[in-house]
Amino acid sequence: MSRDDIVDPLRSFVQTFGASQLFLARLITYTPRALLRPSLILEQIFATGSMSLIIIMISGLFVGMVLGLQGYDSLSRFGAEDSLGAVAALSLFRELGPVVTALLFAGRAGTALASEIGLMRATDQISALEMMAIDPIRRVAVPRFIGGAISMPLLAAVFSTIGIFGAWLVGVRLMGVDEGAFWGSIRQQVDLYDDVLSGVAKTVVFGVVASFLAVFEGYNSIPTAEGVSRATTRTVVITAIAVLVLDFVLTAWFLDKDTLG
Amino acid sequence: MKQTRAVEFGAGLFVLLGVAALFFLTTQTTNMSSYTTKGYVLVGTFDNVGGLKVRAPVTVAGVAVGRVVAIDVDSERLQAVVRMKIDPAYNRLPDDSDAAILTAGLIGGQYIGISPGGSDQYLKDGDELQFTQSALVLEELIGKFLVRAGQGGSNQEGEKQ
Repeated sequence: MSRDDIVDPLRSFVQTFGASQLFLARLITYTPRALLRPSLILEQIFATGSMSLIIIMISGLFVGMVLGLQGYDSLSRFGAEDSLGAVAALSLFRELGPVVTALLFAGRAGTALASEIGLMRATDQISALEMMAIDPIRRVAVPRFIGGAISMPLLAAVFSTIGIFGAWLVGVRLMGVDEGAFWGSIRQQVDLYDDVLSGVAKTVVFGVVASFLAVFEGYNSIPTAEGVSRATTRTVVITAIAVLVLDFVLTAWFLDKDTLG
Repeated sequence: MKQTRAVEFGAGLFVLLGVAALFFLTTQTTNMSSYTTKGYVLVGTFDNVGGLKVRAPVTVAGVAVGRVVAIDVDSERLQAVVRMKIDPAYNRLPDDSDAAILTAGLIGGQYIGISPGGSDQYLKDGDELQFTQSALVLEELIGKFLVRAGQGGSNQEGEKQ
């Protein structure tokens, strides 16, 4: 094993990372101008957001219902069933909503974005745009990036809201937790800034990261059938890792701010 | 044309639903009224605030009328200085009211309970509460109890003799 066997993969990793950062910088600099053409973005909000709605709603409902069951079982050991609403709401708003939505978003919308752009490259549609002096980044990549980044926080909000009703369904209707205690504990414990808005901030970050990674992987895929399938797989894998790592960093950051007042 | 309309309808429906969900989360699950920036500040000095936290409720007769906004230590008197913001609707608290740090339930958080006094002068912005009662610290209570139990035991022995 020569020295190059170790250095080359490292160098190519750093190179890919640098290329991705340049790509992100270009996406962001083109964003203000792209907002002037809302019809393209609307199309992408439909493709990434509206089309993901069903899976997000079903997942949210069942995650909430499981939270209701598990929360009720654990809390009743301490005689604290009345806090079920607060437990479900805090776990949904702070963690489960943003993270599970981001992972589902990567699986449902990210893969679609990556394979669509990858196929555009494989079938020379991107080159065709370049031939017509249309910047494919502006025309293809940026609207998809913005559409995904807008859809993700909205999807997460839908997820959390449905989740609360799932927990309510199991906790109040099935297990017999007091209705007033359920909603009262939520209102008492949930803080607008520390819980709801910190969760929303997470979803905004995850939305930008997930859409950017999908667009980047698709745009830079190898223009073959295998290349597109690899780009799709990489999108899910890298997004999942990025979201979970960022989630830890953001959580630590928000908690640190909380404790410092 | 028909297809663009369907796309617009779908996207519009989705965004409306998402915004409605965000609206629900921010207004229906949180206690928005506690974020009114209006209100007047009262100051209380305590020997020990126990587990009191910033944003803990301030109550009168069990009803939340404000929040704790800051807890500091007075470097001269070495006492805890608690600033609380009170809703302007409750501006008729007598100036001889006293503040106590209480605990909600067994494992509940701590809050400040204000017991109104009888004065006809009302507390104003920046006033300091004259009478305060510190938090009950469990270890101190147990310590006192043990000392008293010890004394009680020796007294009984003395009586026997």
